[in-house]
Amino acid sequence: MTRPVPVPKPTLAPLPAPLAAWFARRGWQPHPHQRAVLAAVRANRSALLLAPTGAGKTLAGFLPTLADIAQTPRAGLHTLYVSPLKALAADIARNLERPIAEAGLPISIDVRTGDTDQASRRRQREAPPNILLTTPESLALLLSFPDSARLFATLRTVVVDEIHALVGTKRGDQLALCLARLGTLAPAAVRIGLSATAPFPDRLAAFLSADGRGTGVELIHAPPGAQPQIEIRLPEGPLPWSGHMGLLAAEEIYRLIRAHRSTIVFVNTRAQAELVFAALWRLNDDALPIALHHGSLARDQRLRVEAAMASGKLRAVVATSSLDLGIDWGAVDLVVQVGAPKGVSRLLQRIGRANHRWDEPSRAVLVPANRFELLECLCALDGAREGALDGDPPPPGGLDVLAQHVLGTVCAGPIHADDLYAEVTRAAPYASLSRKDFDDVVRFVEDGGYALAAYERYRRLFRDSEGRLHLADERVARRWRLNIGTIVEAPLLKVKLGRGFGGAVLGEIEEYFVSLLNPGDTFLFAGRLLRFERLRETVVECSPAQGDDPKVPAYAGGRLPLTTFLADRVRALLQDRSRWQGLPPDVAEWLELQRKRSRLPGPADLLVETFPRGGRWFLVAYCFEGRNAHQTLGMLVTRRMERMGFRPLGFVATDYVLAVWSAEEPRDIARLFDEDMLGEDLEEWMAESSLLKRTFRHVAVIAGLVERNHRGGAKTGRQVTVNTDLIYDVLRKYEPDHVLLRATRADAARGLVDVGRVALMLRRARGRIVHMALSRVSPLAVPVLLEVGKESVATGEGQDALLAEAEAAQLLAEARGEAEPPAAAPPPLRAERPVHPVHRANVARDRKRRPGGIALGTQGRATLRTIRSRRQDPLPLSE
Amino acid sequence: MTAAPLHLLGERLMLDPSGALWWPARRLLAVADLHLEKGSALAARGALVPPYNSRATLERLTRLVRLYRPERLLLLGDSFHDGKGAGRLGAAEREALAALARLTAIVWLAGNHDPGEAEEWRETPLIFRHVPRGETGEIAGHLHPKAAVSIRGTWVARACFVADSRRLLLPAFGAYTGGLDVRDPAIRLLFPRGGRVFLVGKDRLFSFPLAAVGPLSEAQPRAMSGA
Repeated sequence: MTRPVPVPKPTLAPLPAPLAAWFARRGWQPHPHQRAVLAAVRANRSALLLAPTGAGKTLAGFLPTLADIAQTPRAGLHTLYVSPLKALAADIARNLERPIAEAGLPISIDVRTGDTDQASRRRQREAPPNILLTTPESLALLLSFPDSARLFATLRTVVVDEIHALVGTKRGDQLALCLARLGTLAPAAVRIGLSATAPFPDRLAAFLSADGRGTGVELIHAPPGAQPQIEIRLPEGPLPWSGHMGLLAAEEIYRLIRAHRSTIVFVNTRAQAELVFAALWRLNDDALPIALHHGSLARDQRLRVEAAMASGKLRAVVATSSLDLGIDWGAVDLVVQVGAPKGVSRLLQRIGRANHRWDEPSRAVLVPANRFELLECLCALDGAREGALDGDPPPPGGLDVLAQHVLGTVCAGPIHADDLYAEVTRAAPYASLSRKDFDDVVRFVEDGGYALAAYERYRRLFRDSEGRLHLADERVARRWRLNIGTIVEAPLLKVKLGRGFGGAVLGEIEEYFVSLLNPGDTFLFAGRLLRFERLRETVVECSPAQGDDPKVPAYAGGRLPLTTFLADRVRALLQDRSRWQGLPPDVAEWLELQRKRSRLPGPADLLVETFPRGGRWFLVAYCFEGRNAHQTLGMLVTRRMERMGFRPLGFVATDYVLAVWSAEEPRDIARLFDEDMLGEDLEEWMAESSLLKRTFRHVAVIAGLVERNHRGGAKTGRQVTVNTDLIYDVLRKYEPDHVLLRATRADAARGLVDVGRVALMLRRARGRIVHMALSRVSPLAVPVLLEVGKESVATGEGQDALLAEAEAAQLLAEARGEAEPPAAAPPPLRAERPVHPVHRANVARDRKRRPGGIALGTQGRATLRTIRSRRQDPLPLSE
Repeated sequence: MTAAPLHLLGERLMLDPSGALWWPARRLLAVADLHLEKGSALAARGALVPPYNSRATLERLTRLVRLYRPERLLLLGDSFHDGKGAGRLGAAEREALAALARLTAIVWLAGNHDPGEAEEWRETPLIFRHVPRGETGEIAGHLHPKAAVSIRGTWVARACFVADSRRLLLPAFGAYTGGLDVRDPAIRLLFPRGGRVFLVGKDRLFSFPLAAVGPLSEAQPRAMSGA
């Protein structure tokens, strides 16, 4: 990745004296890319700086401001800095105060985030600082006040930090709209975007630009830092077939921690973080200071860990993506990635957290947890060496975020709908927003936008004779300010150690998980083994527990989808036998066996295997489209199988394959995977799915249809709410094309279920479906078969079928005289009569051939035990 | 739609999957907690939810009345979400109510949200009223019972009837009515010796012992209507 370093224009005027003197005293020179940003801003152009970590991005962003104010001191807001993290805003403020003080510059700085108190907020609006550091949410709030035009009139520069992390998200949509607003209030202000090296730099430039199309933005690439040194470490013994926790490698990771000054151990989910941390702690005979960091932990605890890390007191921290972004920690000299990296860009970002001197290489170790993850790690490694970047291009902006923005804008003062439309289409995510969608959103904000005009008297906005939109009532603005933001969390409950009023809050946990616990159950949280005592209102009361058989917290979210880029590479690796030589012998043998017994998935085809096993039929499709896409495909395929009479019983999706099991042999595979399933089945399935209902809840909250559920549960008696599922059902029946339903479908289609990837895959596979009808399980199918039962989605005609099954089981239990057993134990699947028993001889031969002692890496408790006992389970494939 | 029979004090009652109670011997149909105009009540507070809940609720009710042809339709209180709800009813919904009144005799019992013609309706051996008092032979609403059942690792939550040999609670019938977990003391204490729940489904009911149901899960945040 060698890109030319831009040479600053020779005409660049020198820095103002105090600043130049400060640089000279420290023996520093601004880097060429820092000077390039300065030159762009001085020429009244915006700049997008793409730079690796440690390349002095922050200084590059603020140098133009420092120089300008040093030259001509003035009052009023000069520069607005927006960061996705509150902590980052506060940290940058501290870092800026030093040069400002040392150079004696007359510049005032202040921070405004959700944590800023009322008095400071008022002061900031009355006497604004020169530099204000804030977050997208706080900026949206600032823009909703009637005095925002006055506040921002003096604005010269907007700095957007970590812009790559915002683009393509709803927070990014919100920020883009705010930037468009600033473009109206302060048309002369230039923008500086700071980004890690990212794919789609043009999209980032468009996001930053005043017209949403990238006009007037100079792209500045800092020279790439030293090539990172990345290696893959495998646990001792054969590589596990399945499982994602990577606990077998705990000893190896511990050795690495011991050999380095300071290590970040990245994992992919919060549950995995708890388990890896527990495993390390068990091995920690040297009592090394090792900490845990993830999004569910109490804020105080996270801050303590961050502070300890910053001051070099920790030898290691086990973290999820909660540490992907953040304050630079110079002391980190190693990054360990446990489990598959899921994307090259993400991997590079994480690796960049080690060693913030950009001229020294970062060191990283990848620890795959199973065979497919090893392939993925190898491909990610190749990608990183080539400097290839992946990621999906940002989708169009959400209409729910637009609704929130429209109301916020009117809160600041009357505006004509035409002007507002022109303004929002200058925000890149909304550049191709149709006037109809815009008008529907405005109508929704006005009175709900229903065909039945029932809410005339409850209008939030009215139009004057010139067509300008006004706020109907100040209460609307108050309500809006309480519900601002684009992050909607699942209902959360506080986890507290101890009973009653005392006790420390350890963090928060999804209500869903708690509903699965019975008093006395134990689970891992915040690095401790806790015993669930009881639920009191919104507090989960716990006590410290002994023993080692925890239920793992099954936190929602945290699963990262595999990027298309990486999936394609894994597929290519499978095809290219010449590259297998680099693989561990057991893995190479595994692929070789697949080639002989079945075949390997080709670069352009879709391999589908079917085989009988244990009285059921299995269908395994090697799609390599990521778990979300496979989930969707699983729903659609099973629906169709049901109609074709194959009686599907369930399915499981991994990042690489989809496996479905059924009572009858699936035939006519080409028909089963025909592209038309998208039109025919998708609409119906999507509309009914709980996933769409959850998406609707988010959309309804962001758009301001219902109020944000502050801190789950407990509502005051006077507050009237209605479950959004009920609203969804009614709206779908009477106004299926309502703008919020459109927004919901768009959201579901773009992110959560990855319909786009399913569609592309089916189109590609048309006429290229290779069906292998096997007599027994193929080697490549083994990993997914081991996932069966761990997590699977039952099929059948929806929930009613499940209820009928539960009822039948209950009746049976009652008939047997078992008095009202608890509902927890699920009944067996439908009577499983062997449909096509596997040949005994085959089984025997398989058993003979199988290399002895294949380690089974699995989740949670099994693996914790394995670590202790070093027991290696045979592959459980005997019939 | 298949209704399920329930015997209460020697009377044979039919529980309809829509959440209504049909008493064939007296040709009496009862539903609880319609909460008509809850949508407009929310709109008045700034939440402009779809205004179709009264329409949806009345359409379902009309279908039931056409099916059972009752002589009397008992509305067990909280028929309107608040005292002023009737005044906010749209023209089409007003007409739907009038049409309903031409088909059957409607008895509006009082709720805690709205006034009614009477506090209770006695039809020996049963007593219909809004808020349950724990009397024998009582059929009540008010509590919006809802239950969750665990199966194959997921939870399915539905509105439900709750019954023992002496009393019966009806689920809320309205389109925007949320539910209260049947494990909540407010409901559990009414059935000290246990009972059965009948979860409403699309075409039929699903019956479980009260002791076998689990807590309402994530999918059902506590959205009670101040009842």
